[in-house]
Amino acid sequence: MNRTYLQLDHLGITFPTPKGPFCALQDVNLRIDKGEFIAIIGHSGCGKSTVLNIVAGLLRATVGGAILENREVTEPGPERAVVFQNHSLLPWLTVYDNVRIAVDKVFGARKTKQERDAWTCHNLELVHMEHALDKRPNEISGGMKQRVGIARALAMEPKVLLMDEPFGALDALTRAHLQDSLMEIHGKLGNTVLMITHDVDEAVLLSDRIVMMTTGPAATIGEVLDVGLERPRDRLSLAADADYNHYRAEVLRFLHARQRNPRAA
Amino acid sequence: MTTHVLSPDVLNDGRTDSARSQNPAGQGLAAQAAPAAREGVPAVAEPQDGARKRRSAPQGDPPAGNAASPNWAEAIIRATLPPLLTFGVVLGIWAFISAAIVPDIPGPGATFEHAKEVLADPFYQAGPNDMGIGWQVLFSLSRVLSGFALAALVGIPLGLLIGMSQPVRRALGPLIQILRPVSPLAWLPIGLLLFKAVNPSAVFVIFITSIWPIILNTAAGVQAIPQDYLNVAKVLQLGRWDVTRKILLPATRPHIMTGMRLSLGIGWMVIVAAEMLTGGIGIGFYVWDEWNNLNVASIIVAIGIIGLVGILLETVMDRIQRRFDYTRGGH
Repeated sequence: MNRTYLQLDHLGITFPTPKGPFCALQDVNLRIDKGEFIAIIGHSGCGKSTVLNIVAGLLRATVGGAILENREVTEPGPERAVVFQNHSLLPWLTVYDNVRIAVDKVFGARKTKQERDAWTCHNLELVHMEHALDKRPNEISGGMKQRVGIARALAMEPKVLLMDEPFGALDALTRAHLQDSLMEIHGKLGNTVLMITHDVDEAVLLSDRIVMMTTGPAATIGEVLDVGLERPRDRLSLAADADYNHYRAEVLRFLHARQRNPRAA
Repeated sequence: MTTHVLSPDVLNDGRTDSARSQNPAGQGLAAQAAPAAREGVPAVAEPQDGARKRRSAPQGDPPAGNAASPNWAEAIIRATLPPLLTFGVVLGIWAFISAAIVPDIPGPGATFEHAKEVLADPFYQAGPNDMGIGWQVLFSLSRVLSGFALAALVGIPLGLLIGMSQPVRRALGPLIQILRPVSPLAWLPIGLLLFKAVNPSAVFVIFITSIWPIILNTAAGVQAIPQDYLNVAKVLQLGRWDVTRKILLPATRPHIMTGMRLSLGIGWMVIVAAEMLTGGIGIGFYVWDEWNNLNVASIIVAIGIIGLVGILLETVMDRIQRRFDYTRGGH
């Protein structure tokens, strides 16, 4: 009970619309342990990004809320760093400065200039971007931008790393590379990660538990699947692994048999 | 695309489609004035279409312009010939009007002779009311630049404020919408009453001229900032001052530059009219003075110089804008 690190407690949100209140999320309950990698999967529009935005503090829940280390989330903060879907690097800053701005803000008072410089470079090395420190975002590829976005989030030393479909806009090969990088980083640092995805393989490959959301309105958690695959995981050997394919089938069954997306019909 | 630069869209509540676009509002309009200045050079790099080739072949190709001549010679001809033709046609019409319709307008030849005279000593000083055309231009430029600088000083912060805060937008929106369409010259009497002097009144008129494009473009720039950048600022818990300094200002810089470029161009146009009314030294009054002396050749020379200075201002602003525009870098 008290091991719970991040808790979503009866979380619900209702948006006012011209046609009256719209209940997007209802009664979302989830307990996440420290170091866990959680993937939230569901059809587009089911409110999974809304869950993440509430944990990030960018949205306020109407009912219930998110509790991180026994403190309710009321506003955004660097201890819940977000990797946005479209990287959202600041285009007028170099790769280095995009990470440094976060480092300066979070560690400005605690670290010396040299330490902050080293920490910035260290995080860019983690994502293998140390070769492009002086490049601007429009001079690097989409995958590289997302790597820098991850480095910026990691550099805040967040308690929870929130990732909103971080690889959704990338091509399959680049996505695979970044997934491998993320697994490597997670293995090294043991971050607590909450990741939104609509990619079944990504969810099974990366996460400890897959949270499957029902289709909205009033979306909530349908099932939670424990992924008992050994770490470190290797995508090639897993491709033929019976357990892997079992988990994959479970998620697919949920998404396509139990929760058909009405809009995709 | 061209109209909404100056449109009051940004003053309305909520984000408009135009304001949401990533490109600085009015890039189009700002760029419109530029081709005149740039046409000459980049045309070299333009893909040469067949029609152009055919047109230039019979007239333009010099005797050496056969297969043996280097390509660049041909390219230079293609680039310079069309504008030369245009100037030729205009000179022809001018000469015709002067010779056959309005003999009071001196022809191109007479004007050229006069221009040599005027430009031989542009910076002579023969008393407070008799100075060379160079001085006239410099006086006008100094008024434009002072009014423009003041407008930027007031307009940029005001635009940021309007862009950021809905209450401020609501408070100032109607006022700006009423005042913006007013010809800046209408403010001249108010300026004269306020400052009891001609020079500050002209600067005041340029200030009024320049401030609207700066305010509106800056405000549009703030509203066009992607929500993502602001979310980054929120996650980093940047304070208001840091958000302004590290996110708002750099993100809106291209818009601000567009507004400044527009306003400087309009300011240079308005100063001529303003000085015609205020008198004193300045290219506008020079034109009016020469008209009173029925010295039409001087007026035509002045028109040419006003145009050239306009191109110069435009080019300088374009350079500065390119320097500041992160969206044009790379790729």
